[in-house]
Amino acid sequence: MQIIPVLLGVSLIVFVMVRSIPGDPAQILLGQQATEEQVAALREQLGLNQPLFTQYFLFLRDALTGDLGSSIVTGRPVTTELLDRLPATLELTLAALLFAVAVGVPVGVIAAVKQYSWVDKVTSVIALTGVSMPIFWLALILVVIFTVNLNWLPFPGRLSNGIAIVSITGMVVPDSILTLNFVGLWDGIKHLILPAVALGTIPMAVVTRMTRSSMLEVMGEDYIRTAHAKGVVPWRVVFKHALRNAMLPTVTVIGLQFGLLIGGAVITETIFGWGGIGQIALESINRRDYAMIQGVVLYGAFFFVMINLFVDVLYAVLDPRVRY
Amino acid sequence: MQNFRGEREKGASVLAQARGIRGLSRRDFLKLGGTGIAGAAMLGVAGCGGGDTIGGQGGGEGGESIFTWGRGADTVGLDPINVTDGESLIVTRQIFDGLLDFEPGTTDVVAALATAVPEPEEDGLVYTFELREGVTFHDGEPFNAEAVVFNFDRWREEDNEFHVGGGSQTSSFSYYTSQFGGFDDESIIESVEAVDELTVRFNLTSPLGPFLRNIAMSPFGIASPAALEEDAEGFWQNPVGTGPFQFDSWDRGNEVRVTAYEDWWGTDLGEGEGGAGPFVDRIVFRSIPDNAARVAALAGGQLTAADGLTPDDVPTIEEDEALQVITRPPLNIGYLAFNTEKEPFDQLEVRQAITRAINMERIVESFFGDTAEVASNAMPPTVPFFREETEPYPYDPDEARSLLEEAGLGDGFSAQLWYMPIPRPYMPNARGVAQAMQNDLEEVGINVELVTREWGTYLDETGRGEHDMCILGWTGDNGDPDNFLNVLLSSRGATETDAQNVAYYQNPELDEILDNAAETIDEDERRELYAEAQQIIYEDAPWAPIEYAEPPLGFQANVSGYEPSPTGGEGFNSVQLDQEGA
Amino acid sequence: MDTSVAARSGWDDFRRAFLSNRLAVIGAVVMSLFILMAIFAPVLAPYDPINDQDLTSNFAGPSAQHWLGQDELGRDILSRIMYGARVSLTAGLAAVAFATTFGTLVGVTAGYAGRWIDAILMRLMDMLLAFPSILLAIVVVTILGQGLTNAMLAVGIVLLPQIARVVRSAVISVRERDYVEAERALGASHTRIVTSAILPNSLAPLIVQSTLALATAILDIAALSFLGLGAQAPTPEWGAMLTDAFRSGFGVFIEGQHAILFPGIAIALCVLSVNFIGDGLRDALDPRRK
Repeated sequence: MQIIPVLLGVSLIVFVMVRSIPGDPAQILLGQQATEEQVAALREQLGLNQPLFTQYFLFLRDALTGDLGSSIVTGRPVTTELLDRLPATLELTLAALLFAVAVGVPVGVIAAVKQYSWVDKVTSVIALTGVSMPIFWLALILVVIFTVNLNWLPFPGRLSNGIAIVSITGMVVPDSILTLNFVGLWDGIKHLILPAVALGTIPMAVVTRMTRSSMLEVMGEDYIRTAHAKGVVPWRVVFKHALRNAMLPTVTVIGLQFGLLIGGAVITETIFGWGGIGQIALESINRRDYAMIQGVVLYGAFFFVMINLFVDVLYAVLDPRVRY
Repeated sequence: MQNFRGEREKGASVLAQARGIRGLSRRDFLKLGGTGIAGAAMLGVAGCGGGDTIGGQGGGEGGESIFTWGRGADTVGLDPINVTDGESLIVTRQIFDGLLDFEPGTTDVVAALATAVPEPEEDGLVYTFELREGVTFHDGEPFNAEAVVFNFDRWREEDNEFHVGGGSQTSSFSYYTSQFGGFDDESIIESVEAVDELTVRFNLTSPLGPFLRNIAMSPFGIASPAALEEDAEGFWQNPVGTGPFQFDSWDRGNEVRVTAYEDWWGTDLGEGEGGAGPFVDRIVFRSIPDNAARVAALAGGQLTAADGLTPDDVPTIEEDEALQVITRPPLNIGYLAFNTEKEPFDQLEVRQAITRAINMERIVESFFGDTAEVASNAMPPTVPFFREETEPYPYDPDEARSLLEEAGLGDGFSAQLWYMPIPRPYMPNARGVAQAMQNDLEEVGINVELVTREWGTYLDETGRGEHDMCILGWTGDNGDPDNFLNVLLSSRGATETDAQNVAYYQNPELDEILDNAAETIDEDERRELYAEAQQIIYEDAPWAPIEYAEPPLGFQANVSGYEPSPTGGEGFNSVQLDQEGA
Repeated sequence: MDTSVAARSGWDDFRRAFLSNRLAVIGAVVMSLFILMAIFAPVLAPYDPINDQDLTSNFAGPSAQHWLGQDELGRDILSRIMYGARVSLTAGLAAVAFATTFGTLVGVTAGYAGRWIDAILMRLMDMLLAFPSILLAIVVVTILGQGLTNAMLAVGIVLLPQIARVVRSAVISVRERDYVEAERALGASHTRIVTSAILPNSLAPLIVQSTLALATAILDIAALSFLGLGAQAPTPEWGAMLTDAFRSGFGVFIEGQHAILFPGIAIALCVLSVNFIGDGLRDALDPRRK
């Protein structure tokens, strides 16, 4: 298990980084009218006078119990703030991932099956274009096309004015389905499309490329050739045998993309006013809300590491050759 | 945070000016979103079962009228004396009333919780307020002289057990110190006494010209003593006042909701006196930080009103029948300050040269359109005692060159020009203005490097004099000249850190005039003194004044009764929504 | 071993492989055009990118005088994109140079030294990789202060671990080879072994990784500028051009669409050509192809 030292190191890096951001938290908490004595007293109270080493261990101890301090801006625990905003980010990220897989896997398969055809070539170019696009630019262009010029999809936010959905999971689509609120569902989906496409384009391109290359590899293997020789219909071969085996590297890539999505969410959420963790990350940095920055970065990294672990496990489950 | 004082409202960014329409018409765009969404809005909410909701700013019982106000940032706190930012005060203004208020749309003082504006007694050392009868706080407690005394004592006495609160971002009663000189012995208000149930007397240590205007400011809203006694520390998130709306909920970082207070004392009062209403059932203050997104939300029908429009948005919105623009009367100034402590800005000729080299008229026209006027004095014409004779500095590059020659800088020089990173009501696009100035100054041989910082850092560093020149501005708090000239250009403001006087302009003669003007209550004497002060400032040119802006606000066409206040703190009680337009 | 012949034939193989990849060639051509545009911007650009303002025709669409239209201050977008090529390419290259230099240092040290040094350095790299990259870059810029130089540094730091990893595995794969063993047996110093035997033979994956990193660097620097943390006005950096137009107000969506479109196309085209080249290099240098 290497993730424990990695996570410890991550927490240390976050701790050091946040303390390197210019500015005295005590001064900031109290405002510029505060007297020197008040600042000194608060520094004492916040434990800022203790040796950094001690501070780190206290921070670690609290972090392990889920306590990351309170936001300077809202006064509420960072964990509460993040949990409040998690569903929005999760919904967006999952939608983006869904888009990436729903488009990327079939296109990748087709490209592999029709290797060297024009379909394959066009796919390659499009896939590379996908990873070459600045996400913020793509988001703006989508808004220009689909909101401004065509008036098909709304911008910004998650829901229109006047639409409310009873919160169960905090995610618009599942909650509106659970409460049979179809007006809300339709509205929520329309709001979700543009940011999900903007966020999902890079992963889509990566998934396409990965699916194609691993399909090619698998299809070159003996058992597929055998199946082919036995007269099995090619498309059945593709789906029943090749795709299943080709999914392994693709799953890995999807897992890795999930981490990139967390980063991409910062930009996408900011542009679309999504109100999730990505948006709060940037706002916290702009406001120098140290506890929040610490929390966002730490959770982001934690999440990323856990996803990678999960992918490893999933890999083991999917791959018949790996048995524990 | 002193620096944020008067820095009201999140502003907007700007597109330069009115132009012809290319390609898709603005109108077409504004129609979009609106139709489908409005349709959906009529269907309302399915099964709103009292639990938490997502979105939901419009979600309520059938027929409830909701005014959704879109703005650039969330509230910091709801204890009015412990905040300084406009986004907090606009909310507390709805929940609290002061003894006095500003007449809607002006900076004239009118009675609010007092029955009349009192006359100064004993040469301005005593003021007696008669209070309204039968006023109750939202918690049902009666409003009376004791409540007024309780509040002023809480603000003034540092050892008062209720001299606390405001949460982690509290401003620690800073508006009290800035308007009334300080706490305890330093306070100009020596004592406040309850003469009887409905009469309060204020005893001052010295006359204070802006006293009544100060009392009318939003931070001095009267809070329920019972609520404070119960939990003064938590009052900032659970405010109780006597205002037209009572606090409902606050989803931090997102929106604050207030609901109409049925027993409001002002319902039967005339609209001109700040009364009438409240007509809407609920107000939602929703923050959408991005300007373009906020206007899109207004156009799409997701907001009833949007603050912080860009001047360029004005024609766009005016063209749409479903929307309207209302501009806020100007009580602000945008300026380019020269750091007079640094070379070569310590030379008058250099400062004058720059004021001549910048084509301010063109800049104001380009970046503000019809929503601003080129500035001449260091305070806007809406402030009393504005000196009409002052003309804006003439644009004259040749004269600028010869002035530089005189200063021994005929070959030009290099300097930094700082601009703020975010839109402000008095300066929606500082980045654009700075680049235009850079262009003009290049013409006369001044090589300008543009510098910007994150907003908090910007205020901090300009407040320590690290700039050569910087763009900054000010929105007035109470419409008094003292609130502009004394704050921004007296030696008192030229502090080592957190300076408000970012020109570091120090002129003992001006200081004396300003002190005298603040300490007299004689109108004619004040007029004369302030005229002289404005004349001196014009000649010494510590600033190149840029403009007085009228920040535009956008509304759905069915909104009526909205009267923006120059101070930025209007009551929403008179706002009405026509049912048809929904 | 006759290195010159080996090198010649290696180079010929590589050239043949690279040139047979049509996309890679297109990428190289487009990239060359961008580089020429950057070098000769003062000659090619019809207007000054900063000072030729025309406030009366802001966001004017493409015309005979202004092929790509004008921006929020009425400046010529084409000229700004040309000068922007200088800024964006230099910034991207600088970030990659930083990442490559220090990444190689870390990778070689870890791969060559092995044991606990390797373990520590690589765990450190894992930690950096554990952060979502743009978030890490944002935090680093916040610590260093906004501005183009710091944005380059931040992106350089973010890219460093990937380079270090690639170099390390290349080093490990050649470490035990005969010629290294031979040098070692001859008593060559560590420095000599690394510079003469290990590095040249680890070059191929490093070149591929650095090229692909350039694509990421250009994108990330543009993203930081878009968030207001990178290049500042009036610098005609492509990401900053986008943010300047977008932040100028709502009108950009109506009249200023070209001001959003063209700088973005410049970024995408530039990054795409780098990716084509990177792919071509990878295929051409792939040992399995030989």
